[in-house]
Amino acid sequence: MASGFPSTVAALAAGLERGDFSSVELTEHYLARIRALNPELNCYITVCEDGARAQARAADERRAMGEAGVLTGIPYANKDIFCTAGVRTSCGSRMLDNFVPPYTATAVERLHEAGMVMLGKANMDEFAMGSSNETSFYGPARNPWRPDCVPGGSSGGSAAAVAARLAPAATGTDTGGSIRQPASFCGVSGLKPTYGRVSRWGMIAFASSLDQGGPMALTAEDLALLLGAMSGFDSRDSTSVDCVPEDFSRLLGAPLAGLKLGLPKEFLDGRLAPELGATLEEARRVYESLGAECREISLPNSGLAIPAYYIVASAECSSNLSRYDGVRFGHRCDQPADLLDLYTRSRAEGFGAEVKRRILVGTYALSAGYYEAYYGKAQKLRRLIQRDFQAAFGEVDAILGPTSPSVAFGLGQKTDDPVSMYLADIYTTAVNLAGLPGLSIPAGFVDGLPVGMQLIGNYFDEARLLGIAHRFQQATDWHRRVPALADKV
Amino acid sequence: MQWEAVIGLEIHVQLATSSKMFSGAATAYGAAPNTQACDIDLGLPGVLPVINRRAVEMAVLLGLAIGAQIAPVSIFARKNYFYPDLPKGYQISQYEAPIVRHGTLEIAGADGEPKTIRILRAHLEEDAGKSVHDAFPGNSAIDLNRAGTPLLEVVTEPDMASAAEAVAYMRGLHTLVRYLGICDGNMQEGSFRCDANVSVRRAGDPKLGTRAEIKNLNSFRYVERAIEFEIERQIDVIESGGKVVQETRLYDSVKDETRSMRGKEDAHDYRYFPDPDLLPLTVTQADIDAARERLPELPAAKKSRFLSQYGLNEQDALALVQEREVAAYFEQVESIAPGDPKQIANWITGEVFGALNRAGLAFAQLPVPSAGLAALLGRIRDKTISGSMAKQVFEEMWETGDTPDAIIERRGFKQLTDDGAIAALVDEVIAASPEQVEQYRSGKDKVFGYFVGQVMKKSKGQANPQQLNEILKAKLGR
Amino acid sequence: MAIGADQVTAIARLARLHIDASEVAGYGAQLSRILDLVAEMDRVDTDGVEPLAHPLEVVARLRPDVVTEPDRRGVLQQGAPAVEDGYYLVPKFIE
Repeated sequence: MASGFPSTVAALAAGLERGDFSSVELTEHYLARIRALNPELNCYITVCEDGARAQARAADERRAMGEAGVLTGIPYANKDIFCTAGVRTSCGSRMLDNFVPPYTATAVERLHEAGMVMLGKANMDEFAMGSSNETSFYGPARNPWRPDCVPGGSSGGSAAAVAARLAPAATGTDTGGSIRQPASFCGVSGLKPTYGRVSRWGMIAFASSLDQGGPMALTAEDLALLLGAMSGFDSRDSTSVDCVPEDFSRLLGAPLAGLKLGLPKEFLDGRLAPELGATLEEARRVYESLGAECREISLPNSGLAIPAYYIVASAECSSNLSRYDGVRFGHRCDQPADLLDLYTRSRAEGFGAEVKRRILVGTYALSAGYYEAYYGKAQKLRRLIQRDFQAAFGEVDAILGPTSPSVAFGLGQKTDDPVSMYLADIYTTAVNLAGLPGLSIPAGFVDGLPVGMQLIGNYFDEARLLGIAHRFQQATDWHRRVPALADKV
Repeated sequence: MQWEAVIGLEIHVQLATSSKMFSGAATAYGAAPNTQACDIDLGLPGVLPVINRRAVEMAVLLGLAIGAQIAPVSIFARKNYFYPDLPKGYQISQYEAPIVRHGTLEIAGADGEPKTIRILRAHLEEDAGKSVHDAFPGNSAIDLNRAGTPLLEVVTEPDMASAAEAVAYMRGLHTLVRYLGICDGNMQEGSFRCDANVSVRRAGDPKLGTRAEIKNLNSFRYVERAIEFEIERQIDVIESGGKVVQETRLYDSVKDETRSMRGKEDAHDYRYFPDPDLLPLTVTQADIDAARERLPELPAAKKSRFLSQYGLNEQDALALVQEREVAAYFEQVESIAPGDPKQIANWITGEVFGALNRAGLAFAQLPVPSAGLAALLGRIRDKTISGSMAKQVFEEMWETGDTPDAIIERRGFKQLTDDGAIAALVDEVIAASPEQVEQYRSGKDKVFGYFVGQVMKKSKGQANPQQLNEILKAKLGR
Repeated sequence: MAIGADQVTAIARLARLHIDASEVAGYGAQLSRILDLVAEMDRVDTDGVEPLAHPLEVVARLRPDVVTEPDRRGVLQQGAPAVEDGYYLVPKFIE
């Protein structure tokens, strides 16, 4: 970029440390870019100019006092699913268009304690339900590589913001691929950590047993820095895992000689576009040239991840979204005739079509007589899928595969057919069902659009996963490409 | 036609924790609306529940006290339904895997024989809020202070055959939970609420009849009246050729009847599933052992001990062990003034309970300390005063807080115990009542009371009653 | 698996979602398609498989019974749709 500011978090941190620029200057730089490009890209639902400036000033003061950490003064985009005290948190929904939380999500609190500067709240699919950002009440964010294409979802605004250099980093959440798939579509890096790594307190729930927050950035190296700041035990989240704090950057330089990478044969079938298969083949050659040993593995039940995922996610969301009833907060319809009218109309007006569909599917799946056939069955499949992964990790250190079966598709192309949209998550949902860490990094381009590849690790193996991704990024430059649109300003 | 009733109870025991089941908000009763409803209780977006350890410990205590199995792993589920006082649109409750299973509680059955009531389960859950319907025109008002308060729902098998048995069970459980210190037992404030499942069948029919559930009975009396009404109603329905419908009914204490809630509720489909925000709850053997250490002597054991150690009768022992504080008071008095436990029991169940009742006080508010009662009873035993004088002294102790000796002194209460003096008074009365003497000697026992009254009058109430009796009998010569 | 109009209406009622009569058929068709996708689960025999409710099989941590939340009613009711005297108001639901 012509601005003179570097792009990555690591380089920006070094620049701040050297005094090349201040956080206030850096923040103004991003705010100016947002003013220029956000009208077209719609990455942010809310831009927090004043708040960002205040945080930037505080970061500079902290640095002046010699108390800066590595992330102090680094701006970021915060997915609008994370509650932020005093800042409207909409979750991409009309339902919460007026919702200003009185508390801040733990993960965000930690980023702010580290001194990061929140530029704004990033666009997303409504309640994180979608793979294209098109279900957002605020209109879709657009793919910076081709604005008539979707950025992916649900963390589409986060991915597009990082790709368009409207933030060097972003938060995302991933329930069935919502960090990895938009990272793939927008040519950025995104990590879904092990379930329980990042506190879910203050992160608005979609499907509680699958949801996991994580970082998005340009490089694996940056993801490691961000994960270190946002993760960690939280007594307010019963599902938070109490593990020893670790340095996720520690294995970035680790050599790959002897590393065993598994390619699931089920991921390389006819549903993967051939050009994407070729990209993955090329990635495999890169890894082999770095000394890794690649072999085919099998995840026999992975084909059932999509149906199992849609039942678990819909069932949990149907219950999680019952609290939006127009009584204590959020949207209430005008002039309710009676209590039932208050409920049904507030919810019908507040929720969009995809959210309603999932609530209906989930309600049906949990209703009397169907529980065993749907939810019970899905939970059993979940066990089988987890076993498949555990068997695979007996043979290999990590799994390499596609992130999505296609590159970014056109806006409106799949909105009429929910099922075809669901299949965009075909390679990502199994990871959530099993609770494993997975990341997506850029691996090539097809028709001018980025292609991501997915690396899946065993539980709590994020550091190694990031090391494997980092070595690839040292050997390739896909992650350094900048969309033409982002270079205009 | 002989009918028999089949009754099962579900009792909601509000656990006496400081904070809520899943949040750090206070549980105190009577606060201004919604001042004890935190973000978690309100079900705001992004909040998460964390289980209160004390509530779990209390559930384990109850489980041990009813000889139940404590589940090593129990699961919290979501019970999904929409209601304005249910903030999340679901209640977190243990469903398929409760923490306590298969216990028993012994009650006195219809024939006075002990009867064992089987307790199917006890599970932890959160309470809902409250609705106020008459404060704002056209609106109902929601107060969520109670939302999230921990409850232990204790569910029996359908083992009770009458309203009296149901009340006996309810009283037994009420006593037990207060013994354990896990519930304040305050029924007016809703700390101990009962739902009753009632059905009837022809005597000897092995098949259960269709049951009705009567909701939210918050006094022993209402439980008794509601069940009695419901049994009669169901018998009438069947005898007039109708069918009992499975439904929820409400007891109207003003009209003393139950009525259907049909049409006011949806067909329920609670869509239970394990709450994904909570992990399985485990109770280890060490947890159980620790709870057992803290288990107090339970009412049944205490009653047996009172029977054997103090030689009390069944009725007195039962009355004394109803409340832990009463039993402790009895034993304190007994240890200060040993030798006549029966007298102490009579005084507590008679004078003390009566006075509390008249004053509308709970036992804990009793103004007469155990040492005071012991001293008073000592003055009866050493014949300083008579029983009837003692009652007056007791009243004054209650009012003034003075010691019995101070009151006896002040009031000049002194018992006449000199046989000669009593005999002189008896002689005077006999001499003045030839007619009555004649009646008595011809067999009219009742007239004896007349002589006692006359002598007492002459002695200004100070004659020792036993001595008076003996002397009178001797002098009247029958 | 076909979901009929009656079923859509019944589920929507359970979920407290108003659905216009004109939308019922559309939701029915979409739900049917989704349930067809879901029906693929039946391809695998799961008899005897223990359901997995949670990815990490750990147990609940408990919190001490301590009051940590002060009264924040004012803040918490700032965004409430209808509040009076500290109560949340809804249309009267018991006559």
